[in-house]
Amino acid sequence: MAVRHSAPRITSNEGVRDTLSAALGAMLVDAHEEHGEILLRVKREQLPDALRLLRDSHEYQQLMEIAGVDYPQRPERFEVCYCLLSLTKNHRIVVKVNTDEATPVPTVTHLWPVAGWLEREVFDMFGVLFAGNPDLRRILTDYGFEGHPFRKDFPLTGHVELRYSEDEKRVVYEPVELAQDLRQFDFMSPWEGADYVLPGDEKAEPTEAQTRGAPKADEPKTTESAKQTGAGAKADAKAAKPVAAGEGASKDGGKDAPAPEPTENQPGQPAREGRTTDTAAGTEVNEDDPRADEDAQDGDKS
Amino acid sequence: MSMTLEQSPTTGDETITNYTINFGPQHPAAHGVLRMVMELDGEIIERVDPHVGLLHRGTEKLIEHKTYLQALPYFDRLDYCSPLCMEHSYVLAIEKLLNVEVPERAQYLRVLFAELTRISNHLLNIGSHVMDVGAMTPNLWVFELREDCLNFFERASGARMHSAYFRPGGVHQDVPLKLLTDIGDWVDTRLPELFGDAMSLVIDNRIFKQRNVDIAKVSKEDAIAWGFSGPLIRAAGIEWDLRKSQPYDVYDRMDFEIPVGTNSDCYDRFMVRVEEVYQSAKIIKQCIAEMPEGPIATLDRKVAPPKRGEMKQSMEALIHHFKLYTEGFHVPAGEVYVATESPKGEFGVYLVSDGSNKPYRCKIRPTAFSHLQAMDFMCKGHMLPDATAILGAIDVVFGECDR
Repeated sequence: MAVRHSAPRITSNEGVRDTLSAALGAMLVDAHEEHGEILLRVKREQLPDALRLLRDSHEYQQLMEIAGVDYPQRPERFEVCYCLLSLTKNHRIVVKVNTDEATPVPTVTHLWPVAGWLEREVFDMFGVLFAGNPDLRRILTDYGFEGHPFRKDFPLTGHVELRYSEDEKRVVYEPVELAQDLRQFDFMSPWEGADYVLPGDEKAEPTEAQTRGAPKADEPKTTESAKQTGAGAKADAKAAKPVAAGEGASKDGGKDAPAPEPTENQPGQPAREGRTTDTAAGTEVNEDDPRADEDAQDGDKS
Repeated sequence: MSMTLEQSPTTGDETITNYTINFGPQHPAAHGVLRMVMELDGEIIERVDPHVGLLHRGTEKLIEHKTYLQALPYFDRLDYCSPLCMEHSYVLAIEKLLNVEVPERAQYLRVLFAELTRISNHLLNIGSHVMDVGAMTPNLWVFELREDCLNFFERASGARMHSAYFRPGGVHQDVPLKLLTDIGDWVDTRLPELFGDAMSLVIDNRIFKQRNVDIAKVSKEDAIAWGFSGPLIRAAGIEWDLRKSQPYDVYDRMDFEIPVGTNSDCYDRFMVRVEEVYQSAKIIKQCIAEMPEGPIATLDRKVAPPKRGEMKQSMEALIHHFKLYTEGFHVPAGEVYVATESPKGEFGVYLVSDGSNKPYRCKIRPTAFSHLQAMDFMCKGHMLPDATAILGAIDVVFGECDR
């Protein structure tokens, strides 16, 4: 496939896969080349030997990253990916091993000291064990954290939340309580007959389509007989029923309702003393005022 | 702080054993939320145990629950001092999986703004490094320049810091001509003047040199073994710059030089950054001079949305827009590791796609992680106040380190 993207251009992959496969020999499980990346899977027990060979004989001097990936459906669910960089050949490869929760991966801290923290991170996030790492503590999560957050079965919200307790004058951990459910939208196309309850529609009665399964598009809907239209006495009665329960609004529009009592004095307060300023004059049109004319015109417009 | 007094078995005098102090997490020179447990012998550092993760927000997990486009703004929030360079790795990783072509103008715009980001990041780091070792004035001056950079970002994207300007397939919006001319004027006049003035105060300053020269020397072998990248590996004398050796976008057309250190100490790291500011300015000028007219995002409507005007006319464009902003685009299954030269070093994204509209896994390779890990051996045998200089010369931002 022709390369059209503008991502970093490294030395050509041509022949690299075959050369490295031959060099790794029995240590290799499989080798792929896709999207311009060379991915080598090696046997877990022989990982340090394989990486040492790549570092010393094939000039992959730098270990840039160790990435964990979780595939819960696989028998060995974790994939640990070592991204190697060659400064002299100007090339990158990815070396992978598979493992599960219980089986440790041999450490490579003796090959690259930088692996220390990178392995700690994979341990912290996925619970992958590294045999021989001298300092396999948690690194990114909180002190005393439980669980491995980047596993696919760990909830996005976590299990505990933290707040400052005014009573105890310290921060406390509590089980997560969400005021609103975490919204997981299903953006995949629903046009092809959703046979599940749409999000937000849980309270609605299940439609016929959902109880029956997908709608049958090959049976066109017809209204040839009155029965098929759904019309009849039952439908008429339902239509005549008032929409809201209880008394409706009064029909006279509130014509005879008495005017509300004036609220001159506040109850319980002594009556206001002295003369109240009469503001009526302010609202009358003053013929001498030059603005009066404009006001009238404005009024007309509106 | 705890101090233990013991009876010496030989002389009967009191001796002081090593004591342990906490540097941070609330410390002005910790550049964020770094806690370092330091074991000191008097004022000499014996051991450093950096505790990171105080700003861990689970970005990689959150990205797995978002579509490719929705995940983009998380990258601004990683290294919030150089947000556009963070986006750069991510959009290139997506484009590599999609194998989509990016129009030339978009590539030039990305390089232009990535370099502007580099300048603003280095200005911040240079300023704070200088302040960590005792000088006040240059920091205030370079902050003024940084402010100009942020204004340029705002004029291009609408946001000063979290721009979300680079998009898979191109950039979000075209820039007006006036913005390009203003950036050109700024690079020609204001930047060299003010930056040159600020640097003339420190680079030959006796106190500044005493605090930095010969501090935390790292050999070439150590720099490679500890996974150094960016200014730190260049200060160690290795001419390694991903923009040059593994060019992406239009960096292969740019004419610039890679500054390299000779002594591999804090002063070299500082000077490498100072020179990189001038080299970035050079790249910006070339970008402005060579930038062609044309579209600013790919015309593949399954990846980049149509223009608003087009949507008013064409039903198909409207459908494309709707589908892109609800379902998003689907990325072919596969995995790629794409790394770019961020101002702090190699910033990589290991992206695993399962063919759906959301990333299956997005591992972010931060620059600061491996550099911070080396704090222990870099600090060993130095004085306590040197730790701030070493940390300043690493250029660490915790949004990125902790993710």
